[in-house]
Amino acid sequence: MKLSINNVYVASIFSFVLLSGCNDSDSKNTDMDMMEPAPEPVIYNYEITVSNLTYAQPMSPIAVILHDEGNFWTIGEPSSLALETLAESGDNASFIAESIVLSGESGTGMLLPGMSETIEISITDNQPGYLSLATMLVNTNDAFTGINAIELNNLLAGESISVTTRSYDAGTEKNSELMSTIPGPASNGAGEGFNEMRDDLDKVGMHAGVVSVDDGLSSSVLTQAHKFDNPTLRITINRLN
Amino acid sequence: MKIKTLFSGIAIAASAFSSQAQQLDITVTNLTQGIYYTPILIGAHSADTSLFKTGEMASEQLQMMAEGGDISGLSAVLSSGGADMVENPAAGLLAPTMTTSTTLDTTDGNMYLSLVAMMLPTNDGFVGLDSWMIPTEPGTYSMTINAYDAGTEANDEIINGGGAPGVAGIPVAPGADAGTGAMGVTMNEENNYIHVHRGSLGDDDLAGGKSDLDNTVHRWLNPVARITVVVN
Repeated sequence: MKLSINNVYVASIFSFVLLSGCNDSDSKNTDMDMMEPAPEPVIYNYEITVSNLTYAQPMSPIAVILHDEGNFWTIGEPSSLALETLAESGDNASFIAESIVLSGESGTGMLLPGMSETIEISITDNQPGYLSLATMLVNTNDAFTGINAIELNNLLAGESISVTTRSYDAGTEKNSELMSTIPGPASNGAGEGFNEMRDDLDKVGMHAGVVSVDDGLSSSVLTQAHKFDNPTLRITINRLN
Repeated sequence: MKIKTLFSGIAIAASAFSSQAQQLDITVTNLTQGIYYTPILIGAHSADTSLFKTGEMASEQLQMMAEGGDISGLSAVLSSGGADMVENPAAGLLAPTMTTSTTLDTTDGNMYLSLVAMMLPTNDGFVGLDSWMIPTEPGTYSMTINAYDAGTEANDEIINGGGAPGVAGIPVAPGADAGTGAMGVTMNEENNYIHVHRGSLGDDDLAGGKSDLDNTVHRWLNPVARITVVVN
């Protein structure tokens, strides 16, 4: 019994595919849709757990993105405006709205040092090729960390991968460490975030770390507590289904 | 079925023949935002040759490269070991965040890849890859590498043009973004073995202070370079 029902179902799907491939009129397609139950949507669901490994660098709300092409930064190339905004101010709204984004989520708020957060992201009917993630180290001028297009194709449901991330410099703001330029708690909110002026190399590179007032930069608002080394995040990507 | 089995048998036999000649596409990226690399030396060599070993003392030829960017000594070492090499693929300095690409045809038995370049401005800092075994399987392989200290010169961080082996000081800051008139960070180099570079100190006084380096420009964190090797 079960077999024959399956056969009928397969046969009718087959004829539907043939018909819709024939470029028939709209009305005919609508008829077919009414006759056949819509296929169950397939949901790809991922759980991303992020741990802040630094001593005193809160991370701006984490941006998590599923995409099928492209990447979000390239060493030696200028930052996109969206990346500059994220790396200078921590605002991830335009980063998540980039054209290559198929699905994007933001963490609920600042991810404090030592803390972890789990963010769920899903997409329907399109197994995503890549996952990217970005966040600003907020007690810096324009440091960010994250994942740039890690491949998801080989990750099966129920499997997970763990990675650690290094920190990059967006190259869009000089690392002056002045109180007026650090948006994080180190400046008590006195510092400016995003400024479209690109008064630096204008190329993405690895971050050299912060200097701080305790290590020889007398005009710095940062202290020894804000220093960091690589890696800065631990991330686990768990595919639920 | 039989043909398929035979065929994969041949493929396995070929790939197990690890000392075969190979054609490599090599890409090197300077990941830093403030450090230049002097002419890069890349060699494919046998197990009997190496450019440097961490935890060992630098050779005279490595010292020439690490203190002054002169790769002629190390390329002679590679030549005498029958290595295949590429000298200076970037045709000069490799600037911060920049990438250079080259190809290297290896001959039978040259199974290991090494790379060195001096880091400017430093006293005797260099970026290095020591004897990475070249995979026999065609594919794209990517790795990041670290900054080392040759252990041959005190990291005084004084820019005075000193690039010859044994001469104190840093030859030059190619970005023209360093200071002058520094007293010097240290006059001693107590660890004479090749070690992971502890990083430069720098200071915020470009007209004096301890260091001629700018602490917001000339520091770095590892890794400092990425190498991608395509085995054809």
